[in-house]
Amino acid sequence: MNSHAAGTSNGGSGDAAAGGAARRNTRMPKYSKFTQQELPACKPILTPKWVVSVFFIVGVIFVPIGVVSLLAARDVVEIIDRYDEACVPSNMTENKLAYIQNETISKECIRNLTVTKDMKQPIFVYYELDNFYQNHRRYVKSRNDAQLRDASKANQTSACEPEKTTANGQPIVPCGLIAWSLFNDTYNFTRGNENLTVDKKDISWKSDREHKFGKDVYPSNFQNGALKGGATLNPKIPLSEQEDLIVWMRTAALPTFRKLYGRIYFDLKENDTITVSLNNNYNTYSFGGKKRLVLSTATWLGGKNDFLGFAYLIVGGLCIFLAFAFTLLYFIKPRKLGDHNYLSWNRHPAGR
Amino acid sequence: MARSGRRRRDRMRWSNLYTFSCFRAQHGHAGDAGPSSDGAGAVGGPGFSRVVYCNNAALQKPLKYVTNYITTTKYNIITFFPKAIFEQFRRVANLYFLLTAILSLTPVCPFSAVSMIAPLAFVVGLSMMKEGLEDWRRFIQDMKVNNRKVSVHKGDGEFDYRHWKDLCVGDVVRVEKDQFFPADLLLLSSSYEDGICYVETMNLDGETNLKVKRSLEVTLPLEEDESFKDFQAVIRCEDPNPSLYTFTGNFEYERQVYALDPSQILLRDSKLRNTAFIYGVVIFTGHDSKVMQNSTESPSKRSRIEKKMDLIIYILFTVLVLISIISSVGFAVRIKFDLPNWWYLQPQKSNKLDDPSRPALSGIFHLITALILYGYLIPISLYVSIELVKVLQAHFINQDIHMFDEETGNTAQARTSNLNEELGQVHTILSDKTGTLTCNQMDFLKCSIAGVSYGVGSSEVELAAAKQMASGADDHDIPLQDIWEENNEDEIELVEGVTFSVGNNRKPSIKGFSFQDDRLRQGNWTKEPNSSTILLFFRILALCHTAIPEINEATGSIAYEAESPDEGAFLVAAREFGFEFFKRTQSSVFVREKHTSSEGTIEREFKILNLLEFNSKRKRMTVILQDEDGQILLFCKGADSIIFDRLAKNGRMYEVDTTRHLNEYGEAGLRTLALSYRVLDESEYSSWNAEFLKAKTSIGPDRELQLERVSELIERELILVGATAVEDKLQKGVPQCIDRLAQAGLKIWVLTGDKMETAINIGYACSLLRQGMKQICLSIPTGEQVAQDAKKVAKESLLSQIANGSQMVKLEKDPDAAFALVIDGKALAFALEDDMKHMFLNLAIECASVICCRVSPKQKALVTRLVKEGIGQTTLAVGDGANDVGMIQEADIGVGISGVEGMQAVMASDFSISQFRFLERLLVVHGHWCYKRIAQMICYFFYKNIAFGLTIFYFEAFAGFSGQSVYDDWFMLLFNVVLTSLPVISLGVFEQDVSSEICLQFPALYQQGPKNLFFDWYRILGWMGNGLYSSLAIFFLNLCIFYDQAIHAGGQTADMAAVGTAMFTCIIWAVNMQIALTMSHFTWIQHLFVWGSITTWYIFILAYGMTLRSRDNYQILLEVLGPAPIYWAATLLVTAACNIPYLIHISYQRSCKPLDHHVIQEIKYLKKDVEDQTMWKRERSKARQKTKIGFTARVDAKIKQIKGKLHKKGPSLTIHTVS
Repeated sequence: MNSHAAGTSNGGSGDAAAGGAARRNTRMPKYSKFTQQELPACKPILTPKWVVSVFFIVGVIFVPIGVVSLLAARDVVEIIDRYDEACVPSNMTENKLAYIQNETISKECIRNLTVTKDMKQPIFVYYELDNFYQNHRRYVKSRNDAQLRDASKANQTSACEPEKTTANGQPIVPCGLIAWSLFNDTYNFTRGNENLTVDKKDISWKSDREHKFGKDVYPSNFQNGALKGGATLNPKIPLSEQEDLIVWMRTAALPTFRKLYGRIYFDLKENDTITVSLNNNYNTYSFGGKKRLVLSTATWLGGKNDFLGFAYLIVGGLCIFLAFAFTLLYFIKPRKLGDHNYLSWNRHPAGR
Repeated sequence: MARSGRRRRDRMRWSNLYTFSCFRAQHGHAGDAGPSSDGAGAVGGPGFSRVVYCNNAALQKPLKYVTNYITTTKYNIITFFPKAIFEQFRRVANLYFLLTAILSLTPVCPFSAVSMIAPLAFVVGLSMMKEGLEDWRRFIQDMKVNNRKVSVHKGDGEFDYRHWKDLCVGDVVRVEKDQFFPADLLLLSSSYEDGICYVETMNLDGETNLKVKRSLEVTLPLEEDESFKDFQAVIRCEDPNPSLYTFTGNFEYERQVYALDPSQILLRDSKLRNTAFIYGVVIFTGHDSKVMQNSTESPSKRSRIEKKMDLIIYILFTVLVLISIISSVGFAVRIKFDLPNWWYLQPQKSNKLDDPSRPALSGIFHLITALILYGYLIPISLYVSIELVKVLQAHFINQDIHMFDEETGNTAQARTSNLNEELGQVHTILSDKTGTLTCNQMDFLKCSIAGVSYGVGSSEVELAAAKQMASGADDHDIPLQDIWEENNEDEIELVEGVTFSVGNNRKPSIKGFSFQDDRLRQGNWTKEPNSSTILLFFRILALCHTAIPEINEATGSIAYEAESPDEGAFLVAAREFGFEFFKRTQSSVFVREKHTSSEGTIEREFKILNLLEFNSKRKRMTVILQDEDGQILLFCKGADSIIFDRLAKNGRMYEVDTTRHLNEYGEAGLRTLALSYRVLDESEYSSWNAEFLKAKTSIGPDRELQLERVSELIERELILVGATAVEDKLQKGVPQCIDRLAQAGLKIWVLTGDKMETAINIGYACSLLRQGMKQICLSIPTGEQVAQDAKKVAKESLLSQIANGSQMVKLEKDPDAAFALVIDGKALAFALEDDMKHMFLNLAIECASVICCRVSPKQKALVTRLVKEGIGQTTLAVGDGANDVGMIQEADIGVGISGVEGMQAVMASDFSISQFRFLERLLVVHGHWCYKRIAQMICYFFYKNIAFGLTIFYFEAFAGFSGQSVYDDWFMLLFNVVLTSLPVISLGVFEQDVSSEICLQFPALYQQGPKNLFFDWYRILGWMGNGLYSSLAIFFLNLCIFYDQAIHAGGQTADMAAVGTAMFTCIIWAVNMQIALTMSHFTWIQHLFVWGSITTWYIFILAYGMTLRSRDNYQILLEVLGPAPIYWAATLLVTAACNIPYLIHISYQRSCKPLDHHVIQEIKYLKKDVEDQTMWKRERSKARQKTKIGFTARVDAKIKQIKGKLHKKGPSLTIHTVS
C-alpha cells in the first residue's frame, strides 16, 4: 500500500531506540485527582423524596408570593381615559389628520374623570400611547448620547439620521428622531376649583438626569426644521432638567407603553370628579394610535399588575399538584430505589 | 583500525546462504529482472532525467536538486498567517460567521460591529493557535531528524560528520550499523566482501524481517575511506517517484555503463542491520526520497455525532432562514403599508434600508439583517466549546494513569481529539494480530520427540482455563470477571496431578524460552530412552535455520538475528539444551555442544552444503550439511502436513503420537512445526547437487520453478523426529480484554497477514474460537489452475461456500450455537468484489468471530471499508505496523499500538495506546464518558441557543420587524462567550454518569453508545422542544409582567433596557438551572462554573451599569431593577416555569423507565453494593452482553457441555449455572 503516513522518519528512530528507565518514569503521568477524573463529587440523585419535596417546596413558596402579589395589585386604583377620539371636534371626526395638523384649530379639550375608589397620594399621571413603535430600530438608533451629555460635543450628530442638522447644517441639540418626536400633550387637573398641581420633578431616573443629560447642554436648533415633530424645548433650560425629554428618551419595549407624566400629591376620594384640561397636540391619528390618560396609585410592587400574582398562583398550584401526583405515582407504581430488577438485562431477559 | 580487523572476520560470501532470493546473476550489469533492462533504455527520456555526479559537487550543484532538508510542517513564519487563516475560513461555519462579521460593518447589521467580530476573532485565533502549536511540534520533530549526523566524504578520502539536512545529491556517505539511511542511496560497497548488506524496512512497510541489498560488482573495491579520493561516476536515473519497489537507472563508471535495479538502492528511513558499515552515493534527497514521496496526509475524520450535529445545524439554519424570511416579509409589509403613517420615523427621508416606495428591496436588505440578528440560533461558540472540550477530554485520555505502560513508558495518546465521542459508539473492532494481540515474541514451550511429549509449562490459554476450572468448578455463580481480577499467585492443581504454577513462576528468565521439564534439562535427556533421536532433534534446532549469531562483546552472550521470531526461539531453546550455535562462516555452522552437565563443551563444525529457504509456498526449510565425520545429513523443518507427506516408510514411527501431540498443542494455541531428517549418501547428493546448481544458474522466469522442482527431489524419504510447539506470546491481558470487549457487545474481527493455521491458533488463544464452534472456512482450493477460467472456477467455488455457510447458519436451531468464519486472503480477494461482498458480509455478521488470514494491507483496508459501509456502524481498527496503516486510516477510528514496530501505525492513527489491553479502558471508560458528555453538551447547546435566539425573534413581532433587539449588544455577546459557556464546558469535560470502575464492571453500559441512546432524534427534538418552550415562557411571562405598568413604588415604567435586562436575567437563570439539572456529577468545578456564571451576570451588569457607555443600561441594576421587587419575582417565576417540564420529565423517567445508569447510580448512592454483595456480583455478571466469543463464553459453553453430559447420566444431578 502506498499510503505511508507523513513524517515517517520522525518516529521510529530516536524515540523508540533510546529509552532509559529514568526517562520512562518522567513520562509517567503524574497522579492527581483532577487528571484521573477522580475529584470528589456530589452526585445528587432524584429520589422520590427529593422530587416530591422539591415540587412541594416550590409550591409552598410560590402560592404565598402569588397571593401577596395579587393583594398588592388589588390595592392599586387606576383611572384610564382614552381621549384621542373624544377630543376631536365632532365636525372633524372624518378627518382627524387634518384636525391634528391644522395648527389654527385649538387643541384644547376638557375631560371629566370620576374617581372609582379612594386614591392615596402620590397619584401617578401617565400618558399611554398605542401602536407607537418606539422600539423601531430606525427610531431607537436615532440619537447621540455624547451630544446629550457633553456641551462640547454638540456637533456629534452621527447616528441621528434623519434629524441631524438643520437645513443650513447647524447641529440640532438634542438630535435624532426620538427627541424630535417628543410627546407634547399637556394635562392640567382640577378638582372642583382646587387645582391639582402636577409635580413633574423626579419623573425620570436619577442617574439619567445626573450623568446622561448634561447640566450645561441646552437645546439648540431644536424643532427648527421644515418638519415639525413633537414638543419644543425651552432653550434656556438645560437638558438635565428637561425631564419629559429624559423620560421620552427611554424608549419603550413595546408599541403600547405608558410613560410617567407627573405626580399629584393629593388624596382623591371616591366619586370625586376631576376635570382634565388637556392639549391634544400629539399626532397619533396618522398611524391610528390611541392616547390614554392614566391616573394610578402604586404599591411596593408597582402598578396594577394581576398577571404576576396569577402566574405565581398557577405555577405554585401546579407544583403542589405535581407533588401530590408524584406521591400518588410512587404509591401506585412504587419502585424501590436501586432495584436491580429495573436493569435492562433483567427487564428484557429475552433481549439479552 | 580496530574495525577493519573485525571486518576481515566478517567477510564471507553471505550470498551463498540465500540461495533463492539473493542469487546474484553472473552478469552484473545485465540485470536479472525484465523491467530493469526495459527501464534502462528509457534513461534520459521523460521521467528519467535525473543525473547524479557522484563525488563531484561542482558539476552537481548547477542541477539544483532539493537538499536533504525535510519539513513536514504546514506553515512557516511568513505563510502561517495567510495560510492558517485560509484554512480556517475553508470551514463553512467560519465562513458564515465571517460573512456576518463583514456585514456587521454595514448599516444592515443590527448589532455593533465589535460584537460580531470579537467572538469570531477569538474562535479563529484559538484554532490558529492550536494549528500553530501542532505545527511547531512537527517543526521540532523535523529539526531532530534534520540535525542527525552522518559521515560524509568531504574530499581527499576523508570523511567527516555532517547534518542530514546538509547532505546533497552526489555525496558519498558512510552509514554505520543500526543507523538510518539519511537519503535514498546507491549502495557502493559494504563491510562484507561481496558488497551485500542487511536492511530493515520496518518504517517503510512494517516488515520486520531483514532484506538483503547488494552492490554492483564494479564498485566492490571501494571499501576504504581512501578509495573515494578519486571516485567519479555518473548516475542517470528516474525522477523522484513514490514507488518503493522499483528503480531504474544507469551507473556510468570507468567508461562503462551498468544497469541499476532496486536491490542496489537503500531507502531513506530504513535501517542498516547486521552490517558494520556501507558506502553509498546519495541519489534522492529530502522530499525527493521515496519515503517522503509516499507520505500522504491522513484523512480527516469526523465523528458520527458531529455529522449528525451538522444535520441539526442545517435544520437550525433552515429555521433561521425561515424566521428571517418571516421577519423580512413582515418588515416589507410594515414598510409598505404602515411606515408612511409613522411620521415619527420621518418616512419621507428614508434610505434604501427602509424605503416605503421600494418595500421589496428593503425587505431583501432586511433579510440579511435578520439572518445576522437570529444568528444566535447557530452559535459560533458551539464550535469553540466543542473544540475546547475535546481537547480537554483528550488531555484526560493522555493523562490516564491506567493506560500508562511501564515497559515502554508510553501513555495513551489521543492524536486527534475530534473522535473522542466516537470511541463510545464502536460496533466492530478490526484488529491486527502480530504486535497487537501478540507480542511477536515466540516462546519455546513444548516439544514432542520420538513420540513423547515434553514440556509441562502451560500456555496462557491453558492457564486461564486452569484458573477458571479451579475457581469456577464448584460455584458457577461467581462472575467470571473476578477470576481475572483476583490476583491468584498460588498454584492450581488440575486433574491428572499436573500442577500449573501461576504467578511469579510464570515469568521466563530467558526471553523466548519457557520450557519446563526436567527430563530434558541439565543434560538429563541423555538418560531418556530415545536419547539418540533427542540428540538429532536438538541438532536440527541448532542447525536448520538462517540466523546469524551476534556476540555481545561486553557480556559474551549470544543473541540471534533471525528472520522470524520462531527461529530465534528455536536457537535459544537449543542453546538452553546445550547446543549453542555461536558462529557461522561462509560454509559452516559452529555449535558448542554440551551433552551433560559434567561433560565439557565440544565445538563442532557442520559444513553447510545447501540451504533451501523457507517461503510461504514451500512451508518448509531444508539444510543439507556434512558433519565432522563426513556424513551428509538433510534436516528439514516445516508445517506438519508438508512434512508428513514427505516421510519415508520407515520414518513414520512416531507419526501417530506426534500427530496427537500436535493436535494438543494446536488446541492450546501454540504454533507447531514438525522436524525431520534424512541421511544422504555421497553419490545421491552429488548427482542432485549438480542438478540443483544447474537450476540455480539458469536465467529466466522459470528459475524459481526449476529450483522448486529440484528441491522436491531431495526433500523426500524423510524420517520424522518430532515437533516443536512455540507460543506466540499474547500481549498482557489480551484474552481478558477481548472477553470484556465482547461482553460490552463489540464484534471483533482479526485481520492478519499470517497463515491460516497460525491465525486459528491465535484465535483459540484469544478465545475468539473455541471447541464446539462451527468453523466456516472459506478458501480457494489450490488446484492446478492454469487457464483463465481459473478465476471463474475459484469464484464459483467461493460463492457456493458462502451460500453453504449461510444456509448452515440459517438452519441452525440451537440458539447457543456459534459460528466462526475463517477466510483466506485469496478467497477474500474474490469475496471483496462488488458482486459478492454483500453476501460475504451478511455471512460474516452472522458469525460470532471472523478471522481473515493472509490479508494484504490493501485488503485490510478494503475489509474495513466493507464493514464500515456495509454495517453502517462505527468501526475501529487497531494495529501496530505499517501494513495496518491503510486499515487504520480507513476505519472510523484508527488506533495504533505504540509498541516495538515502528511508528507508522501510530503516525496514521487517531489514538495510540501501548498495549491492546488498554483498548478496554479507552472504549468502555473514556469512550462511554466522552460520548455521553458530547451528546449532552450538544443537546444542551441547542436548547440554550434556541431558548435565547427565539426570544429575539418574538420581540421582532412587537418591534415592527425592524431588526431591533431587546437586549443590549454586550449581553448577546457575553451570553455565549462568558455567561453560559463554562457550565456547558464543564458538562462536556467532567460529567460522569457512573464512575470508571462501574463502567468496567458493567460492560453493558457501553451499549448506550452504539445504540445511541443519548443523541437520537427523540432526545434532540426533546431538547429542542424544551428550548422552544423555554423561549416562549421567558418571553411572554416577562412581557406580561413588564407590560405597561409601573415597576416601582416610584411609579416609573419599564423601558426597553429594563425589559431586556430582566428577560436576560431570566434566561441566564433558566439555562444555568437547566444545566444543573442535567448534570449528575458535581465537583467543585461544576459548582463554581454554574453558580459562578449566574454570579458573573450580576457582577457584569453591575460593572456595565457603572459605565456611561452602557446607555440605557446605565445603573440599571442599582437604580432601576434592583430596587424593584417585581424584577426578582419575575426571575424566580420564569426560572421555575422554564425548568418544571424538564424536572417532570426526568422525575417520571427515573421512576418509571429508569435507564441502567440510573439504577446503578441509585445502588451506589444507597450503598447497596456494599450491603448486598451477592446481588451486586450477580448483576455485574448479568451485565455482560450475550456473547459467543471471549473466554467467558468459552467457559459457559464448556459448562453447558458438562451439564449436558450430566443430564444424560442421570436426572438427579442438577447443576446451578449462570443463566
